[in-house]
Amino acid sequence: MGDAGAEADFDTAFNLTGMIGNARMNKCVSAADAVSVIESGMTIGIGGWGPRRKPMALVRELLRSDVSDLTVVAYGGADVGLLCAAGKVRKVVYAFVSLDFMPLEPGFRKARETGSVDVREIDEGMMLLGLRAAAWGSPYIPTRIGLGTDVITRNPDLQLVDSPYDDKEWVAMPALNLDVSLLHATRGDARGVCEIASPDHYMDDWFARAANKTVVSVDELVPSDYFHDADVARRVYWERNLTSHIVHIPGGAHPSSSDPLYGYDMKHYKEYAAALAEGGYDGWSEAHLGDSESSYQRNVGGLEAIQTLPLPVY
Amino acid sequence: MTFSLAELMVCAASRSFENEGEVLATGIGLLPRLAASLAMRTSNPDMMMTDSQSFMLSTPNPVSGMASHSGQANENWMGFARIFDNVWSGARHALVGPSQIDRFGQTNIAALGGSYEAPKVQLLGVRGFPGNSISHANSFFVPKHSTRVFVTGECDVVCSIGYNPDRLPRGYTFDDIDIRRVITDLCVMDFNGPNKQMRVVSLHPGVPLSEVLENTGFEVAVAPNMTETPAPSAEQLALITELDPLNVRSKQLKDNPPGMRNPN
Repeated sequence: MGDAGAEADFDTAFNLTGMIGNARMNKCVSAADAVSVIESGMTIGIGGWGPRRKPMALVRELLRSDVSDLTVVAYGGADVGLLCAAGKVRKVVYAFVSLDFMPLEPGFRKARETGSVDVREIDEGMMLLGLRAAAWGSPYIPTRIGLGTDVITRNPDLQLVDSPYDDKEWVAMPALNLDVSLLHATRGDARGVCEIASPDHYMDDWFARAANKTVVSVDELVPSDYFHDADVARRVYWERNLTSHIVHIPGGAHPSSSDPLYGYDMKHYKEYAAALAEGGYDGWSEAHLGDSESSYQRNVGGLEAIQTLPLPVY
Repeated sequence: MTFSLAELMVCAASRSFENEGEVLATGIGLLPRLAASLAMRTSNPDMMMTDSQSFMLSTPNPVSGMASHSGQANENWMGFARIFDNVWSGARHALVGPSQIDRFGQTNIAALGGSYEAPKVQLLGVRGFPGNSISHANSFFVPKHSTRVFVTGECDVVCSIGYNPDRLPRGYTFDDIDIRRVITDLCVMDFNGPNKQMRVVSLHPGVPLSEVLENTGFEVAVAPNMTETPAPSAEQLALITELDPLNVRSKQLKDNPPGMRNPN
């Protein structure tokens, strides 16, 4: 969707809410407006997991902006790889950056092997604890995780603490406070109620709770009464007051999956890896990025092709 | 009866899960997953396994030839956040394939060579290894037994805690660390040698002990009752075929060697 499309969605969303009297909040904005809440130097969280349900259209909008010097917290895939390749990242907080079937993410790999990004490498579960600490307003959460490993020796700012209840040492996993989180959901309404219909919502709820602002791209914009169904309402994992902006972008997770709507695009990931290897970030962006999401989608075969990508089987 | 080395290793690895009862078994990679699935279908029917996505299953999915997750034997939703709740409870046994293993049983999947700031080869990152290793049982699966995997020094990046006295956290003993078995293409080992030294428990048919010692970058002990790794039974081979109908297991080891070495 380009900006014009987003405006049309605005009108649709208003009509669909069926409100009488005072207008409810309408959080629908364009991708460019949503991403403009991110400033250079900020710490951002990105939801999803590896090649699964990543807010890639929002990441692409970030690639088109002049924002830089970011600290990125993510269960990383090509989101982290692209931002690193584009030189927008100062520091990555990660447990892995991988594309499942392609274990080594090419953009991140190059950034690491050339020493061009700072890192805080932590365990997958430690990241969850850090997000929870931020969500709960705790400075840290004590855990065993990391003891005896290089997670402790390579992160000198990670402190070990005594417990008032035993004689062991504990890792004080600090709160991962985020300025902005970027998430991708299956469906959302104009008020910021979001459904994740995928088999797993991963840690997206904690990314929303750990952030000052959360921007959510959705494949489908729905009227609020869509959520009246109890089974649908159970697939809403955070409250709407945590959603700052909704961006309606069908196919917006491409090339990652948005199960049950479409799978990840293995062919495009391979093209991405080849483009980075041959022409670096510029090679990839000239061939694919475009000046808007609609031009990006044209460059990768069109929305219909994205929406018919088969679901992965594990 | 003929069988492949991969099938021999799967059967040997499946024995790691015997007598464990209701423990979540996680095999990362095709052969480890096949090993866990085989155990759930034979020696430990009470075992728990997921679909590698988001559901616990009452019977394991095949590792190949499945067109969709619909129709699988779901037991409960088991998203990744909930996996961590289970990991930290200790009721889990992971069978994983590290890139490096050192004499302490510490492992590496994060990066190789160079410096930490700019490694020669960036691998996955530490993933869940730190939490797994201090929370529950772990076994290792090594498709190619060599000094590149079993390194002489410490791992380049220590991703999992092992039996290293210099890294033992305050208040912990070796009893708090539970490394079970190491299954390679040459042998089966454990860490029950003197002072938790790695130890050869069984040699695969036709493999001389000297070959294991030459391909390990540190000293290993030998179990007094060291045996030959048992050949798969007909029942095990039939179940393996049922669990991997497309025979993807034949593509996991270079040239898919036979389980019984041809005499030279």
